[in-house]
Amino acid sequence: MKTFTFFGALTAAGLAAGVVQAATLDDVRARGNLSCGISTGLAGFSAPDANGVWQGFDVAVCRAVAAAVLGDPMAVTFVPTTGQTRFTALSSGEIDLLARNTTWTFSRDVDLKFTFAGINYYDGQGFMVSRELGVSSARELDGATICIQTGTTTELNLADYFRANNMSYEPVPIETNAEAQQQYLAGACDVYTTDASGLASTRATFADPENHILLPEIISKEPLGPLVRHGDDEWADIVKWTLYALIAAEEYGITSQNIDELARGTDNPEINRLLGVEGGLGQMFRLENDWARRAISAGGNYGEIFSSTIGESTPIGLARGLNAQWTQGGLLYAMPFR
Amino acid sequence: MTTIPDAPKPVFRPSMLIYDTRYRSLTIQVVVLFLFMAGAAWLIDNAIQNLRTLGKDFNFSFLGQRAGYDINQRLVAYDSNSTHGRALLVGLLNTLLLAVMSCALATVIGVIAGVLRLSGNWLVARLMTVYVETFRNIPTLLWILVFGAIMTESMPAPAAFRGDNPTAEMILGMVAITNRGVYVPEPMFARSLGDLDLGLFLVSIDLLALAAVLIAGILIRRRLLRHAEAVQNATGVRPVTWWKGLLAVVLPPALLLWALGFHLNYPELAGFNFSGGIHLRNSLIAMWLALSIYTGAFIAENVRAGIMAVSRGQTEAAFALGLRPGTTMNLVILPQAKRIIIPPLISQYLNITKNTSLALAVGYMDLRSTLGGITLNQTGRELEAMLLMMLIYLVISLLISLAMNLYNRRVGLKER
Ligand SMILES: N[C@@H](CCC(=O)N[C@@H](CS)C(=O)NCC(=O)O)C(=O)O
Repeated sequence: MKTFTFFGALTAAGLAAGVVQAATLDDVRARGNLSCGISTGLAGFSAPDANGVWQGFDVAVCRAVAAAVLGDPMAVTFVPTTGQTRFTALSSGEIDLLARNTTWTFSRDVDLKFTFAGINYYDGQGFMVSRELGVSSARELDGATICIQTGTTTELNLADYFRANNMSYEPVPIETNAEAQQQYLAGACDVYTTDASGLASTRATFADPENHILLPEIISKEPLGPLVRHGDDEWADIVKWTLYALIAAEEYGITSQNIDELARGTDNPEINRLLGVEGGLGQMFRLENDWARRAISAGGNYGEIFSSTIGESTPIGLARGLNAQWTQGGLLYAMPFR
Repeated sequence: MTTIPDAPKPVFRPSMLIYDTRYRSLTIQVVVLFLFMAGAAWLIDNAIQNLRTLGKDFNFSFLGQRAGYDINQRLVAYDSNSTHGRALLVGLLNTLLLAVMSCALATVIGVIAGVLRLSGNWLVARLMTVYVETFRNIPTLLWILVFGAIMTESMPAPAAFRGDNPTAEMILGMVAITNRGVYVPEPMFARSLGDLDLGLFLVSIDLLALAAVLIAGILIRRRLLRHAEAVQNATGVRPVTWWKGLLAVVLPPALLLWALGFHLNYPELAGFNFSGGIHLRNSLIAMWLALSIYTGAFIAENVRAGIMAVSRGQTEAAFALGLRPGTTMNLVILPQAKRIIIPPLISQYLNITKNTSLALAVGYMDLRSTLGGITLNQTGRELEAMLLMMLIYLVISLLISLAMNLYNRRVGLKER
């Protein structure tokens, strides 16, 4: 009888342990760092620098959230994920947040049960070929061998595009960008296709970037953004508004240079609310009121992050294009802080 | 008078469950069973609870949905409009193809290397030792990557075959080795009998007919040999059979091939790639060679052990009877060695089959890459896809075990 009770209790305890799930915010605080999923390496988006510190446009999102939540942009554990492992890592709880060139799609949002916190890069799928191939349009790619990363929207778009245009191709499935680059440079595929930003970034690391061209066709919409698990709205709000804070900061002219001065108070109530001078916004999701100030100080506002990681002054050289503020003819539009 | 006391009445005290050897093993088993069931229940319940918190359900309807992705190596008809279930089938067939090819090549390599390692020739024996030790002691995945890298990095691109002064040339004008794979001539039939629709896939009637004719020829040849043996036993003179046997095996298929209008379709450079012929992709070749050569090293050791286990006296006795070394090997040593070699060979075949799941490393689209890779990822059905995949591998492995055990029973020692 004793045995029965003992094992009964053990089982019940085990079950209970599996069920209780604290809010992500509490987990992150208790752990003292943010577990952030990034790509295995894509120059400008997420790649370790010479000192082994992760840097990049996607990494900056992780750092901003860590700064907002924990006050320390360096309190991040980066978990490199491939196109195939990223969603399992997020839904299993291994990471708190995924910032990995991930396209916001219906099925990922609804069926895979993720919440996209917004968009940090409006992109589209492109093709890269070597100049000596003599191809100037994607319509000329009938019969080509194409490198694609598996588990991405890329492989689905590619299948649809070639089917719609009555062309055939030979897919070479690949796990990471590094492998794709190696196969492409070895000539094992004629074409490399992925998000145009990823192509630009990959090309920038070539020894001879001038010998490779991006074809003019952009065959899909790839809105890329950070995402979290369904079911924790507070955490989703934190990530979403941290991203908005970076975007709004650029719109209102808050930079890493002038932020300390502006945080002493301005005539603009929106800036005051954003920087925690008034309004007490932070408390509404259990953060300190200067959360946004800390997030912006981590790496600057959206524009500063863009130009230092992937912008025109970097080797990757991406123009703002769709990713300009709405006031500049782009699509970036932060919701009001009020 | 002494009274004989009654035999003590067996009393049962709970402490006997632990201290009495009669009950102890039972107690331990019950406890272990409970622990096991509690563990299993905990895991299952955990999975159910977690699925619920994530708002996910458990169902396999995704197998009927459109897959949306393309697969390069297809043994059956498939395109991006096919279902995930169909993609599973394509992946499964690719897994089986690779496993069968690798088991066959590994056995050939293993037997040759195993026998040669026992060779009297010092150099040959040492070379085989080097082969066995290097391949056995480096992980499979590394060999797969090495063979993959050799194929993509050091072979010429298709473009190198083009132009007036091509830097690469096809072997005999028939085989093209490129950094995208090897293109070999494809057998074609001008007067094909068409395909047989098996519901799930099509099977070429030409190949079926060819196989039937070939098997019939082999049976006829066996009859001839048995007849010759009977004549030899009765009269002491063995009738000449070799040309009859050869004719029975070769002539009917040859006639059938001619009737079907057999010809070879050579690969040709067209556009970006070669077209025509059979395309053995880099991924297949890398996996095939790596798995075969790696596992061949283990099989070589099994073969060596098997041969060495047959006592030296057997060889000497055979020699004393006047048998030549080749005959001794074939008729005396190998049949006995087989009994020792086959059981470990089963596990090597199982290893190969399971190791095929490393295929994603070089982008070979096996079951793991289709169902357990792209499908899992695009549908987010981790649990379902993983369980299904485990089940399929389990079934394949059990089938291989079964087949090999049957064979083992056939060659095993018949005790009378
Ligand atoms: N946006 C697509 C593709 C994402 C993707 O895999 N991007 C590549 C190139 S832009 C990447 O980040 N690779 C880095 C890596 O291999 O870890 C998706 O969400 O499915």
